[in-house]
Formats: sequence, C-alpha cells, structure tokens
Amino acid sequence: MPDTLLYAIEVSLNGLMAGIMYALVALGFVLIFKASGIFNYAQGVLALFAALTLVGLQNGQIPFAHLINAVFGTSLHGFGWTLPAVVAIALTALVMVGLAWAIERLVLKHLVNQEPIILFMATIGLAYFLEGLGDVMWGADIKKLDVGLPQGINEAIDNATFNWFGYGFFIDNLDIVAACVAAALVLSLTLFSQYTKYGRALRAVADDHQAALSVGISLRFIWVLVWSIAGFVALVAGIMWGSKSGVQFSLSLIALKALPVLMLGGFTSIPGAIVGGLIIGMGEKLFEFFAGPMIGGATENWFAYVLALLFLVFRPQGLFGERIIERV
Amino acid sequence: MSNSGDGYMTADGRKIGGVMMEMKNITLRFGGVKAITDISFDIREGEIRAIIGPNGAGKSSMLNVISGFYVPQEGEVWFHGKKRAPMRPYQVAQQGIARTFQNIALFEGMTVLDNIMTGRLTLMKSGLAAQAMWWGRAQREETEHREKVEKIIDFLEIQHIRKTPVGRLPYGLKKRVELARALAAEPKLLLLDEPMAGMNVEEKEDMCRFILDVNDEFGTTIALIEHDMGVVMDLSDRVVVMDYGRKIGDGPPDEVRSNPEVIRAYLGVGHA
Repeated sequence: MPDTLLYAIEVSLNGLMAGIMYALVALGFVLIFKASGIFNYAQGVLALFAALTLVGLQNGQIPFAHLINAVFGTSLHGFGWTLPAVVAIALTALVMVGLAWAIERLVLKHLVNQEPIILFMATIGLAYFLEGLGDVMWGADIKKLDVGLPQGINEAIDNATFNWFGYGFFIDNLDIVAACVAAALVLSLTLFSQYTKYGRALRAVADDHQAALSVGISLRFIWVLVWSIAGFVALVAGIMWGSKSGVQFSLSLIALKALPVLMLGGFTSIPGAIVGGLIIGMGEKLFEFFAGPMIGGATENWFAYVLALLFLVFRPQGLFGERIIERV
Repeated sequence: MSNSGDGYMTADGRKIGGVMMEMKNITLRFGGVKAITDISFDIREGEIRAIIGPNGAGKSSMLNVISGFYVPQEGEVWFHGKKRAPMRPYQVAQQGIARTFQNIALFEGMTVLDNIMTGRLTLMKSGLAAQAMWWGRAQREETEHREKVEKIIDFLEIQHIRKTPVGRLPYGLKKRVELARALAAEPKLLLLDEPMAGMNVEEKEDMCRFILDVNDEFGTTIALIEHDMGVVMDLSDRVVVMDYGRKIGDGPPDEVRSNPEVIRAYLGVGHA
C-alpha cells in the first residue's frame, strides 16, 4: 500500500478518536437541551469544575485554602493524604449531584416559565460564577490529572499494523479508553431514557411541562436529575481531557469545540452528538492533512466552524435533530 | 333525588356514593380580576358531574383549582373528607386526580404507547437505582404496567396507532389518547376539560360513549366541562352552572334546564 494512503488512514483514525472527545462534551449539552430546552453555556465550565474538584480531592487539597490563608494569616496547604482514584471520582460525582441540586434551588427554580433566552443568559452567569468558584476553591495553577488511565502509544496496534503494512499506526491508549467510555455512556443513557420510568418522565418533561405535571411528574426532581447526569457527563469529559492536556482554565473552552458538533448532529439527538463529533474530528484532521499544506496550515482552528456554518445553511436542524414544524 | 345523606340512585339505576370532593367558598383572583367568586359544590363518588357555562364563566379556572394548577385566594378544597393543603399539580396527580386539557397537552414527540405509559408514572414504585440498573423489580414492573396500558388501548379502540408518534395524529384521536393517558393513572377522580370541543358529530358520539363506559366499567368519578348543552344533559348526573365566575345553578340536568337564570345566561336577555 502506498505510504500516503496508510498515513491518511492513520490520520483519520486519530481524527475519529479526537471526535469522540468532542462528542463527550457535546453529550452534556444535548442532555440538558433535550430535557429543558436550555442551551447550557456552562457545560464546558462544568467539565472544568469537575476536573478541578477531582484533582483537588485526589491530592487532599483543602478547598478555599488560598482564601483562608489570606484572611486568617494561616498557611494551610493540604490534608496530607492522597485518595485512590476510584474514591475521588465517586466523591466528585456526589459533588456534581450537589451542584445540580444547588443550581435548581438557586437559579432554575426562580426562572420557571421564562423564555429560553433568559435561561440561556442565566447559564452564562453560571459559567462565570463556577469558573471563579473553581479558581477560589482549588487555585488557578495548571494541575496534572492522573487517575491511572493508560497513556501513550498502543504497542499492540503499532506492532500489528507494522507487520501487516510495514508501517506502524500511532494510536494513543487514552483515546481508545475514551472511545470505549463514550460508547458505554451513550448506550446506557439511551437505554435509560428509552426503557425506564425516569427516562420516560425525562422525555415527558422535555416535551410538555403542563402535561408532565398533570401525570404527576415533579419538574424540580427531573431538573435535578438532568443536571446531575449532565454533571456526571461533564466529569467524564473532564477526566478524559484533563488526563490528556492537564487541568487548567482552557479546559472550559472545549465547549466551543462542542458547538459545531451540535450543529452537525442536532441539538436534540444523543447519537447525533456522537456522529457529529466523529465527522468533525475526522474532517478537521483529514482537511489539515490534505489541504493544510496548500493554504498554510492551522486549518484545525476554523474547519469545524465552517463545516457547521454550511450545515446551518442546508440543514439547520442538523443530521439527527428534530425538524421544527410550526403548525398553524 | 337529594343532595344530602349518603348518595342517591340515578334514573338509569346507578348507585352514587358519598361526597368525594368538596369545594367550599372558592374565590380566585388574577390581580384585580375575579375569575371565580365564592363558589361551593361537591362531587360524589361514582357520578358524572358537569360544569357548564358561557365563555369566560370561569369553568376552566375551576378545573385548574381542582387539579392544583391554580391556588385560590379564598376557600377550601376537601378531598375524601380531608382538607387539602395547597399543593402542586404533580402532587394532586399523585393523589389520584387525573386530567385532560382543553387544548390537548400530549407529549407530541413520543409514541401513543409511551404517552399512555407516562400516565402510570405515579403508580410505578421502584426507585432510581433499581431503574438505572434495570434490576428485576423494575423490569417486572414495566411488564405489568404495560399489560394494563394495553387494556386501556383496547378499551378506547386505538390499537392501530399504538406506535405512532402523537404529533402525527388527527385532532380527534389526540383527544382520545389524552383520555387514555389520564385513565392509565387509574384515577379516583377524572377531570375532563371540554373533551368534545372541536369534534365532529361522529367523534362526539364516540367520546360520549367512552366517557359513559369509563364511568360504568371502572366506576371512575368524572367531572367534566362542556360547552355543548345537549351533550351535557345526556351525559351527566348533576350539573353546576357558572356565569361570570358565579354559580347560578346546581342540580340534575332537568332541574337546571328549567332554571330561569340559566336560561338567561345562555340565551341572553333583551334590553327594553
């Protein structure tokens, strides 16, 4: 096989893997949008906050240490323990549930029956608040996240492809793990929403608030549930991205990469988020590979957005989104 | 018949029980506008109770008070002999009061079957963890409830559309699916807000038949709002008549029909 073709295959495989990482973030958006029609601007920050909390708990950091030291003149640093990754992840999941509850209590509850745009504005506020809170609680320095996920080149694939084609593919172990986790997550979320009573209640609330109330569904419970699940998905995304590139402020910007994914896949479709992520991931890597050298490179920064724009023109609801039909 | 004591027999020989729900001196205001003024009436076990009146009489507001969507400023709601604390609509639903809406509130994106299944949410008992893990109990429960739902589907003759998304159905069928969803909750009290509004004659007849059958077979107590006087008189055991937020008549259909105030409200009076 010619080298360019092999190289292109490797690039597209890596693109698919990157796409899954985008999809993980997009998934959180879809969940909240489906259930409440809110575009949750804070989803990226939620991932950052989850990752910060995870690192903090794992390393036994004292929350608000800087603040306490500044006010009381103490010099606290840490509890002096390190938690096993599994325990830290479970605790962080609990924190995310608590956060969901607090968001419902302090923000959403007061905005019932408001226009989606107002709720959207509220999530912008929430994003900035959480960003600040994360900084104050755990400090603004770049942190290393290690929950024991395998990293680096996958030797087996490298060797196998080398033996077959005379050219070893470079696939990162972390990406493979991310792909498996994403698949499991999507599968369980889909089953949950299709076949359980809470899933059905969730879809009911997404569809019609009044009708949902009339069959005995508590909107507040459902909202806490949805935001908890979104928080959990954010935690997973935070772990994956944090392990890849460290936990820092820029982690919250991956939300921007989720936008084109959503436009492609549709805001209301869980499979759409995955397929959208894959297309964007593979598309931008291949475009960079083939067209990048001709136009001076760095196409990865904008390719996804241009693709999303094209979709907006020709298929505004995305690939899998529900078509909006207004009956008159 | 009489309103006192422990129930009465209807003309067609059905036994009507004691008072199930009692509204005492209900007053509901929106800002300065009074939607309901000092209205009292009761609903008895097993009866079909109608609330009628011209447009804007406050009928739907009354139904919304019963189902908890509105909280009246004055007055008390008694249910099964107990005074009801102000509660949210979903809590009312959990007490066994199901309802339909004038403008149909179905889950348009879900299938007919799924819509009706949501009606059984209050009856499903397994917890979040069991549901999430799809443990034995949750699974068994799903099957049991599915069987009940299939019976309701048969009863209302909508087998052929069970897998159709509700958004694609014509108006008349949507109304029937909404009734099915309310019935799925096995309610003690069923509230129907204009169940026949916007229907053609044939659909109206079908709906009438279903309402009577529901009352007959399941013994469900029904309170309904209706515009069409003819339909109401055929259907109901007792009728409350409202006009401009006040009660102007209450009793069996024949009595109400000959009430001069009711006639005035419906036909209007000439101004000399």
